[in-house]
Amino acid sequence: MTRLRYIAGETLRMLTLLAAVSILSFVLVSASPIDPLTAYIGSNSTLSQEAKDEIVAHWGLADPPVERFMAWAGNFLKGDWGTSIAFKKPVKTVIQERFSYSVVLMLIAWILSGVLGFLAGIFAAVKKGTWIDKTIKTFCLALQSAPTFWVGLLALSLFAVQLGWFPIGLAAPMGKLAADVTLGDRIHHLILPSLTLGVLGIGKITLYTRQKLIEIMASDHILFAKARGESTRQLVCRHGLRNIALPAVTVQFASFSELFGGIALAESVFSCPGIGSALTTAGLSGDVPLLLGIAVFSAIFVFAGNLIADILYGLLDPRIKEGWMNG
Amino acid sequence: MDKTDKMDKKRPQWNTRTKITLYIVLALIYLVGILFWGLLMDPKAYAVDYSVKFLPPGAGHLFGTDLMGRDMLFRCVKGLSTSIVIGVLAAAVSSLIALAAGVAAAVIGGKLDSFINWCVDLCMGMPHLVLLILISFMLGRGSKGVMAAVALTHWPELTRIVRAEVLQIRGEQYVQAAYRLGKTRLSVAREHIFPHVLPVYLVGVILLFPHAIMHEASITFLGFGLSAEEPAIGVILSESMKHIATGKWWLALFPGILLLAAIMLFDVIGENLKKLLNPGSGNE
Repeated sequence: MTRLRYIAGETLRMLTLLAAVSILSFVLVSASPIDPLTAYIGSNSTLSQEAKDEIVAHWGLADPPVERFMAWAGNFLKGDWGTSIAFKKPVKTVIQERFSYSVVLMLIAWILSGVLGFLAGIFAAVKKGTWIDKTIKTFCLALQSAPTFWVGLLALSLFAVQLGWFPIGLAAPMGKLAADVTLGDRIHHLILPSLTLGVLGIGKITLYTRQKLIEIMASDHILFAKARGESTRQLVCRHGLRNIALPAVTVQFASFSELFGGIALAESVFSCPGIGSALTTAGLSGDVPLLLGIAVFSAIFVFAGNLIADILYGLLDPRIKEGWMNG
Repeated sequence: MDKTDKMDKKRPQWNTRTKITLYIVLALIYLVGILFWGLLMDPKAYAVDYSVKFLPPGAGHLFGTDLMGRDMLFRCVKGLSTSIVIGVLAAAVSSLIALAAGVAAAVIGGKLDSFINWCVDLCMGMPHLVLLILISFMLGRGSKGVMAAVALTHWPELTRIVRAEVLQIRGEQYVQAAYRLGKTRLSVAREHIFPHVLPVYLVGVILLFPHAIMHEASITFLGFGLSAEEPAIGVILSESMKHIATGKWWLALFPGILLLAAIMLFDVIGENLKKLLNPGSGNE
């Protein structure tokens, strides 16, 4: 019962936050001096004043803000997310198309950074204090500070331009019809962006795993196991992993926010047609419906990650479960 | 040779405090140097000169030149100093918000506390980059947009830190004793809480810089920030993207290294200051 109530409470809190996020985004976007009408028809359009007035009336631009928000939110809940100005398609379709591309990229990068980071963290913790540990630590600190787009540019210039191993960008070879693009082409084009994003994401998880494992290795039950004659390998596998796997997974789920930011930058460098580059296009071309749609969508994405992290932590860690019972 | 080596080993090594102070001074020299070099730079240093376009790095132009023959070293320094100015500004604004919100949440508590926590969750609920784009969109893009966006979005984490710290100190016996002795909230806050929160807060502020600088560069890179004529690291890197296919690697490599160095050095200062201000690790 307590568990159910906890999850329900968390979900409710997320829902209120989501509503607030959409209000905030709406306020920010509608306060912009960038006129949606000009963005739609272009600045040197020959439309008559009556036609312009008609569009304004049709869009409800002259209505009071609260009314506009209610209309937008009502339609949003009904599944009508508006029409994108830049792509001339319903916002929902654009987001679906773009996200189905990005999600592959994100998933690969996410799993890659999780697995590599976890292993590197364990390795560093076991070799604590040696040059291997120091190298891994420095490398991770550098990765955490490195701007995503810069690393992407370097990767492009080294692997795609100088060595010619990978294509320079886009989701498929240029000059090929969409129908002719094979799965192999797509994978070939995905390797470099997902590797870049994956490696960049390692920093946090590695440092976290390393810290946790070092803490655990210093505890009494490890000392006792050592006295029983277990080797380092056994110590880590039998006692270390169980204690650090869960927090590490949680950290990885809670990193959805950075993942989304990273993908926006990476897609712009590798010119991938994903949700990140759609966000940039929407912002630069004054495409308000799409911008709003992506903002709310990204918030849902992040909340989902946080919710999963919270629930995982609560469900699987007996100590926290205990805490709910008491509190 | 051998003899001196042994002598070195016998002599007590520098303690942490000296070493850290040295690190911090070196980092500060780099950052302040870049800042003033950029601020006082003559715009002629990175003027357009078509006779020397696309020169690879060499003796005359250490970082090479770009498609208009502008010297990349001077352009980068100028750009980075702009970034540092924006970073300082953003850190100042964000840290003040964080201090006020964090202290208020912890000291007043109750409804205000949950409201501030809720605001923090709200700001952290959207990907940071999306929030930056929305705010810069609201201000019609351009440099004003970037400054506001970067300055207004970096407070949530520091607010959490300050709040947690104040709460912890408020729970201590001696603070409770001071309350019981009839001291006012204000005097307790000033005499007992503030001195303890200050170091944590300062470190938090310094660790804000790298984020602010990186976000400024990212959002400028995407085209929302400083305009294309201004020398900014983001602009330089987004220009270099167009020339990367033709093998002009130096346009991307060096500006990024300068930026990375600045970000990492701020991190070094912050992390080491944390060690130094903590009596437990300061005198190792």
